[in-house]
Amino acid sequence: MAIVVTVTSGKGGVGKTTSSAAFAAGLAQAGHKTVVIDFDVGLRNLDLIMGVERRVVFDFVNVIQGEATLNQALIQDKRIENLSILAASQTKDKDALSEEGVESVIDALVEMGFEYIVCDSPAGIERGATMALHFADHAIIVTNPEVSSVRDSDRILGILQSKSKRAKEGGRVVEHLLITRYDPVRVENGEMLSHADVCDILAVDLMGVIPESKAVLKASNTGVPVILDHESDAGVAYADAVAGFG
Amino acid sequence: MALFGLFGGKKPSSASAAKERLQILISHERNNRSGPDFLPDLQREILQVVKKYVAVSDDQVNIRLDRHGDASVLELNVTLPER
Repeated sequence: MAIVVTVTSGKGGVGKTTSSAAFAAGLAQAGHKTVVIDFDVGLRNLDLIMGVERRVVFDFVNVIQGEATLNQALIQDKRIENLSILAASQTKDKDALSEEGVESVIDALVEMGFEYIVCDSPAGIERGATMALHFADHAIIVTNPEVSSVRDSDRILGILQSKSKRAKEGGRVVEHLLITRYDPVRVENGEMLSHADVCDILAVDLMGVIPESKAVLKASNTGVPVILDHESDAGVAYADAVAGFG
Repeated sequence: MALFGLFGGKKPSSASAAKERLQILISHERNNRSGPDFLPDLQREILQVVKKYVAVSDDQVNIRLDRHGDASVLELNVTLPER
């Protein structure tokens, strides 16, 4: 049974794409056939974080609009056998993501035997973001221990609980909190919200805490998901979070 | 700083300020979104009617919708100024 996992946050720059790449890579490494989809139409970046930017020929919107087949648009990761990437369109408008279109692509991916469909949501609460969370079975709420990020995360939780397909059918999306850019020293000094505080405020189960780490920039510089950097604190923290999830 | 140290107390941290502000704000925002979509408009219009007769400010009218079993109760709270 395929599981749709949406990585979302509301606020931009908190680490959604880094987390999507890490989770997709981690799930695939654990042996699950996994695809990660960039929903940020117009501002694609997942391709760059995954290091496949020069291999994008067709994208998500091309598939929705029937200009390419899913097989043509899926990029097979060269490092991890079970991992595929579906890039966002750079040129099209975000209105190109119709509910029927997105659903047909997800259905086709399920048909192809993918076990995990990781949706990398854009920032904000507009179409790309609402489409990314509409079909979610699980949602990973990426939050920085900082007031605006926590508030925006709560806003996203509200949307998940009212507008998602599961919510509309009387069910519930399974919510997980992932705290990123965490600095334990600053928390110790009372300069930063602790993970317990953020959990308390948002009332969501904590799936992991990713420390602020130089390894994240290094990973994006080189187009390697940070989870593959086993030496790094952030890589280890992502690996722990994925292990707890899968 | 030395003074706080002297009495063994701790300076209130900025993190605890952040937590307190967020708890107040988020509980307020959750209340607003738990109601039906028309609630903010209803609140605005009721406020306008009240204002025609009494000088009240925006934060003195409070509307809530509670569910008790099958029935919904619309609760309207208007704090009238002292005369």
